[in-house]
Amino acid sequence: MKVTVKYFAVCHEMLDRSEEEMQLPEGATVQTILKRLEEEWPEIAEFYEVMQMSVNWEYATENTELAEGDEVALIPPVTGGNNV
Amino acid sequence: MFKITTEVITGAEVREAVEAPDAGAVVLFFGTVRNNTDGRPTKYLEYEAYPPMAEKKMAEIAEEISEKWGIHRVAMIHRVGRLEIGEVSVAVAVASPHRKDGFEACQYAMNRLKQIVPIWKREVWADGEAEWVKPDAVFFEELPERT
Repeated sequence: MKVTVKYFAVCHEMLDRSEEEMQLPEGATVQTILKRLEEEWPEIAEFYEVMQMSVNWEYATENTELAEGDEVALIPPVTGGNNV
Repeated sequence: MFKITTEVITGAEVREAVEAPDAGAVVLFFGTVRNNTDGRPTKYLEYEAYPPMAEKKMAEIAEEISEKWGIHRVAMIHRVGRLEIGEVSVAVAVASPHRKDGFEACQYAMNRLKQIVPIWKREVWADGEAEWVKPDAVFFEELPERT
């Protein structure tokens, strides 16, 4: 199956691209994408702890199953905080 | 109205979106670009958003307000791109029968906006350095459990 993966803010900078299409095996989950990115850029795993993922504009978990045409995004921490 | 924009925010857009004859109060909040963070001078800010998801999450916040206060007139707009000192980055308008609920709901909307709406801020310092702003510890505690 083919999905679109979007990268924002610090992720966009780290990976040097804002989105891409990924060909994934049947049964793939968000975790499949995270693993693949980690192979390319091992340091990104450090950020996974504070990052969220979305599938089709809804927050998702690593176990969320993917389907053909899904739009997945890595969501770094939003502007958040009481200091802003 | 729930919108990500590259245009200047005047406040009129959100105010007009919530106008209603049964409203006795319209609370209007502006977030503006501050010239420093903890004393370090800021040159300008850059905002980036995931527009379709951001607008969807804003609508969800309005839904939460509707459930909590019975207020059905909420509008939010957030600007993206480069913003200079003093410019408005975000505006929230809440129309309600009475002001107390309106103030509370507006505060709630901003707090939630900073928690769940995918918008990021890059601080460009006066000394030329730049960084994506990290949230404070409170935010991290509120992240949903990862499985």
